[in-house]
Amino acid sequence: MALDKFFRRRRPQVNPPSEADTPDLWGKCPQCKENVYLRDLALNAYVCPNCGFHHRLGATKRAEVLLDGPIEIWSGRVHPVDALNFRDTESYPERLARAQAKTGRPDAILTGRGQIENLSVAAAIMDFEFSGGSMGSVVGEEIARAAERAGEEGLPLILVAASGGARMQESALSLMQMAKTTVALEALSKRGLPYISILTDPTTGGVTASFATIADVIVAEPGALIGFAGPRVIQQTIRQSLPDGFQRAEFLLEHGMVDMIVDRRQQRGELAKLLRLLHPASVGVAAPASVQSEQAP
Amino acid sequence: MTRPNQTRTTQTPTVQTLRELEARIRDLESTAVSTGQDLDSALTPLRAQLTRLRQQVSMTRWERVQLARIAGRPTALEYVERLTEDFVELHGDRAFGDDQALIGGPALWQGRRVMLLMQQKGRDTKDKIKRRFGSANPEGYRKAVRLMDLADKFGLPVVALIDTQGAYPGLEAEERGQGWAIAESIQRMSRLRVPAVCAVIGEGGSGGALAIGIGNRVLIMENAWYSVISPEGAASIIWKDSAKAPEAAEALKLTAPDLLELGIVEEVIAEPTGGAHLDVDAAAAALGEAVSRHLDELAGQSPEEWVSGRAERFRKLGAYRES
Ligand SMILES: [Zn+2]
Repeated sequence: MALDKFFRRRRPQVNPPSEADTPDLWGKCPQCKENVYLRDLALNAYVCPNCGFHHRLGATKRAEVLLDGPIEIWSGRVHPVDALNFRDTESYPERLARAQAKTGRPDAILTGRGQIENLSVAAAIMDFEFSGGSMGSVVGEEIARAAERAGEEGLPLILVAASGGARMQESALSLMQMAKTTVALEALSKRGLPYISILTDPTTGGVTASFATIADVIVAEPGALIGFAGPRVIQQTIRQSLPDGFQRAEFLLEHGMVDMIVDRRQQRGELAKLLRLLHPASVGVAAPASVQSEQAP
Repeated sequence: MTRPNQTRTTQTPTVQTLRELEARIRDLESTAVSTGQDLDSALTPLRAQLTRLRQQVSMTRWERVQLARIAGRPTALEYVERLTEDFVELHGDRAFGDDQALIGGPALWQGRRVMLLMQQKGRDTKDKIKRRFGSANPEGYRKAVRLMDLADKFGLPVVALIDTQGAYPGLEAEERGQGWAIAESIQRMSRLRVPAVCAVIGEGGSGGALAIGIGNRVLIMENAWYSVISPEGAASIIWKDSAKAPEAAEALKLTAPDLLELGIVEEVIAEPTGGAHLDVDAAAAALGEAVSRHLDELAGQSPEEWVSGRAERFRKLGAYRES
């Protein structure tokens, strides 16, 4: 998470990456199969310069792409526990330790305060790199706290969804996070603050059936898989193959489920335009003095 | 999603013995009351035997899941027939259609005006297919939202009977926004300005169950289950083999006593020994009593208290530690 602090304060729409982040290597784009210079990819908000494929992003990189400058981190003090003593092929604590080592964060969520074209916002960013962005008690709690703090500080909330759904290892406790986040989001509704969700690849299961889809405005990234049931489960139910593009962002726009599809490279501009229209008061909110903050109430 | 396993239709000999013993004790007790005889010397050993036998029939989690699905287990409408009068089923979401898996309408619940919402699995094969075994499509959840609007307008407390393996995982359900419909139902229910009492009567599968599960009180029948995923679903993810469902059921801690311990439900409603299907009238009486008692306890509060009580109840659910 230390990387979050390394980024320069004001940057153009497309942010240059740090050296540590992107070794100078070539990689193959999964969509167009062309070799892409990874440094070019990073300079292009991790969108393939050749075909426009939107690569999946961990939460740290997502914060860099979404915000003008560094994120003032709120999350990180809430840690997962193995309340059910869950054992399958390995124990839940072992899985958690691996995901924590990989991502450097306690769980699949990064929240904080940042600026989008100089407008102060609260951001809640799911981390697909942590256990597929699955929603357990910590993800629910951090999103709830971010919503409540946004309410207290008069900030719009931008949520970036990236999740395979609920976290099986927390069973019914995980399920209850759908309700918890929903009630906490009332803090924004009550104060007339905008809540915008950005659905990225993939957004499925309990996340689609709770906080991600009750936003005032729902933005989707091009080509993102978004749905409630997984394609494999649906296929088992209907016993026929699924149509091309099923559950992709474009399919959802066509069916009236999202407001717009926005290329990652244009997201900051589009969000700023929306925020200025929906909530002109955001323009006046000053940036905070401190970078690290104390714990949310 | 897998369909109910309905192979276990007979009771085990132990349950049979237990039920006979219970009947003998009941007879002796009523004789003692009607004749004034002291029968304690006869009753004491029988009661001790009953305690021992009850411990022996303690079930695995998977056995409870099977009991929640057993043929003849009362569906929501069987409880409603026994516990309500004047149920008027209201139909349709006013946008697409009328879902048969999630139904509802106003009724008198043991004399109390309520708005009923429930998943109905179906009783015979034809009925089950029509109702997709209680797995609702988006229009079911949108109808629920409409009925919650009516509940608010007319001051009807909401009673929700949950019994579903999950929302229907179909192609058309996705086209019509299954996730959106569930999310809207959760949000609408959290905003109710009337009290809500929910009871999981059989299966409580995932978001499809939670959509009508945002109660001021959430109760569960003794042999019902409630989880983020079905045991078969978890088994196919973990072991790529749905036959490992018994192991998954153990890991998921999805039984009524588990949920009480986790603070997810307020109360476990005792079922007749061996399961609700062995004595539907007795099961209905227990459900009716519990729901009515919670409705009565909530009746004295204000709309603001019902809203904040529900919000606080769900806001605190979860397990984590702070550094
Ligand atoms: Zn490409």
